Amino acid sequence: MTRVWRAVRVVIPIGFLGVFFVWPVVAIIARSLTADALRHVLADHGLRHVAWFTLWQAAIATGLTLVVGLPAAYVVARYQFWGKRLFRAFVTVPFVLPTVVVATAFLVLFRPGGALSFLGWQRGVGPLLVAEVFFNVAVIVRTVGGFWSYLDPRRADAARVLGASRARAFREVTLPALGPSIAAAASIVFLFTFTAFGLVLLISDPAHSTLEVEIYRQANELLDFPTAAAIALVQIVAVFSLLLVLARMQERRAVAQRLVAARDTSRRARGWERLVVGGVLGATAVFLGGPLLVLALESLRLGGSWSLASYRALGSSTATDTLYVPAWQALRNSLEFAALAATIAVVVGGLASVVIASRPGRATRAMDTFLMLPLGTSAVTVGLGFLVALDRWPVDLRAKAVLVPLAQAVVAIPFVIRAVVPALRSIDPRLRDAARALGAPPSRVWREVDLPIAMRAFLVGFGFAAAVSLGEFGATLFVARPESPTIPIAISRFLARPGELNIGQAMAMSTVLMVVTGAVVLAIEHVQVRQIGEL
Amino acid sequence: MLQIEHAVVRFGDATAVDGIDLDVGAGETVAILGPSGCGKTTLLRSIAGLQPITTGRITWCGEDLARVPPHRRRFGLMFQEYALFPHRDVAGNVEFGLRMARIGRDQRRRRVTEVLELVGLTDLAGRRVAGLSGGEQQRVALARALAVEPRLLMLDEPLGALDRPWRERLLREIRSLLDRTALPALYVTHDHEEAFALADRIVVMRSGRVVQAGAAADVWRHPADVWTADFLGFGPAVEAAVGSDGLVTPWGLLAVDAAVGTDRAVRVVLRPDAVRLDGAGAVRGTIVHRAFAGDRAELTVETGRVQLRVRTPDRDAPDVGDSVGLSIEPDGVLVYPVA
Repeated sequence: MTRVWRAVRVVIPIGFLGVFFVWPVVAIIARSLTADALRHVLADHGLRHVAWFTLWQAAIATGLTLVVGLPAAYVVARYQFWGKRLFRAFVTVPFVLPTVVVATAFLVLFRPGGALSFLGWQRGVGPLLVAEVFFNVAVIVRTVGGFWSYLDPRRADAARVLGASRARAFREVTLPALGPSIAAAASIVFLFTFTAFGLVLLISDPAHSTLEVEIYRQANELLDFPTAAAIALVQIVAVFSLLLVLARMQERRAVAQRLVAARDTSRRARGWERLVVGGVLGATAVFLGGPLLVLALESLRLGGSWSLASYRALGSSTATDTLYVPAWQALRNSLEFAALAATIAVVVGGLASVVIASRPGRATRAMDTFLMLPLGTSAVTVGLGFLVALDRWPVDLRAKAVLVPLAQAVVAIPFVIRAVVPALRSIDPRLRDAARALGAPPSRVWREVDLPIAMRAFLVGFGFAAAVSLGEFGATLFVARPESPTIPIAISRFLARPGELNIGQAMAMSTVLMVVTGAVVLAIEHVQVRQIGEL
Repeated sequence: MLQIEHAVVRFGDATAVDGIDLDVGAGETVAILGPSGCGKTTLLRSIAGLQPITTGRITWCGEDLARVPPHRRRFGLMFQEYALFPHRDVAGNVEFGLRMARIGRDQRRRRVTEVLELVGLTDLAGRRVAGLSGGEQQRVALARALAVEPRLLMLDEPLGALDRPWRERLLREIRSLLDRTALPALYVTHDHEEAFALADRIVVMRSGRVVQAGAAADVWRHPADVWTADFLGFGPAVEAAVGSDGLVTPWGLLAVDAAVGTDRAVRVVLRPDAVRLDGAGAVRGTIVHRAFAGDRAELTVETGRVQLRVRTPDRDAPDVGDSVGLSIEPDGVLVYPVA
């Protein structure tokens, strides 16, 4: 029994990712090597231009995200203020919002007659960069802020007592300690912006396109699969080089840091600090909340006056020529796919987590890395891989609706693992020993110790997976059948059509999706806070 | 009842337990005393079955335990820092072993109440363990280990994390509990006062080996070597020589029953009770430091070549600068051969 279970929990995750991730990626590589596609791609001047743009827009967006995110990280880490938990959850919301929602919000903001129309940007690089910063601020605030709050402030105090000014103490003591975490967070942001797809496709103009968008154009508009596959291969190589650097940095970060419980490191602001804290919180709230508020308000207007017409149109039972199905059908599709994808992701990712957390060693580290690969692979690559790989394989899955939740599960599994593994690892191994010494047979130890303690982490993983699935755009765009769109697909189709009611419906649907995702995230945050509070 | 024969535990190249022999008889409390890292926790884990031994044999009443998994051994183990289950309340922790033994609900409840009463925690049954003080957690851990009526109780530094008043109180309680239940017990500690206060027999461990084993008083009176004497807080050791007419020390010639053989260099440690203030004493010196220790004073006396420490009731202790006489009891002079 135990032996079977041991085999199952290794075979299922590896088998699943083997079929639905490795095989598609291998297919992409095979395709790109046919017809000299790779050589053509590498020699193409237009594509070099695209690659260059992909690089510099990611670099600038990363820099801007640091500028916006670090003050908020500082305030969250070092000060106590009313509504801190809410603020932390709120900062996270943009990050987990579907890209289509963010894209809609910024298109609405910059469109003629929009709140920021005076900038005259409309579609293009400007709105794209702002949207990318908006999207990624959470990464800085959560990772750097989180690390910062565990950093012992007494070190800086020691520097002050030894005669360093506040600024000097920060520069000489705090900043070096924070350095690796800032670098790690920045590289994650760079990775995200480098592989940005939805935002670029929907917000940027055709002259400024990234590799991701180019893959999509080649595959879906020009039906040139070898070229799309070749670009995807270039992208994969670039991303994995980046991930390697990232892993190195995290290893360095693991070097002993004296960390203390967060509650000891923050305090109420005094005197002029109150201005700083208030200013940072206010500015961050406006930057992150403003676009979403405008989106929600604008969805309630049509033709210059308040109206629920956009929402009524969503509820109509007639199929439009934009969607081929009634709009509510997209909502139903999304919910069904999310439930299925999250279930698959929790089962596969949960089993994998048990293995990864169980024994340290080379084999488990290799498995950990293997299961994180989808995180480093763009959703577009996953989608393209599904298209080129699963059309001939024993059963032709391409026409099956089940491809959508499968692709979404591949994208979501790393999130589940990231949620569950730390919880399992944090369990004091002596608890398992204690259970065994008290008479629990090995098969029961897991049920009595690991499962109850990690239960919340599994719930959080499920929530993350559901949120990822609800908002998934890149992979879904490739594999969703035209007559069974998800909400993000529907929104992108509405956005692509002219007409007041189309953009109105895009806004209404985005608002719905925003509320649903926001609710999921708040629920996750709630569960996590309680978990830490209790253990 | 418990018998360990030449147990060895290796982790790769490192040997944590290096050939230990140890017996625990019925109703006996044995303390394993040693510094941190000497292998005493590993030894306990091996006895519990959580850590397989590389070679050697562990038996219980003659039965070899090698193939008995930890959950069938019925040994109670109280972990260092307790390892309480954070997701269960106090009663849930205590009840755990009873549930594993498939004992009925009513009987479980009765036993939990009984054990909580034993450790004085009846009021806390429904409390979360995270909110408990160190002393309370310690008692829960003890209750949890006792609830299943183990054949042997093992305690791993049970008082390590506690404040002094709690330590002394719980030490007394554990002592009386062991007396009442007549459980054979193994008590691991790095604190010799704890070991002396509790154990019938002391086993001193160093680097995975047994340095000395015996009754508490014997270990204290005659530590096996300089290291053990130092670990017990005696010392420092000084160089001396055994001559034909006695021991030649920095304080003069001492009569001593030198079983070490004559005409050779030795190291000498004075047991704390060996040195006494004595106006007529042969050793003269000046007090250079006087430390207040409640009812006692600890004096440091400069004797010319070597400083001596002496304890005396604080009330009539001489002051710094006074010159005093000291006498040295031959019985308290510990002589060790130079290796």
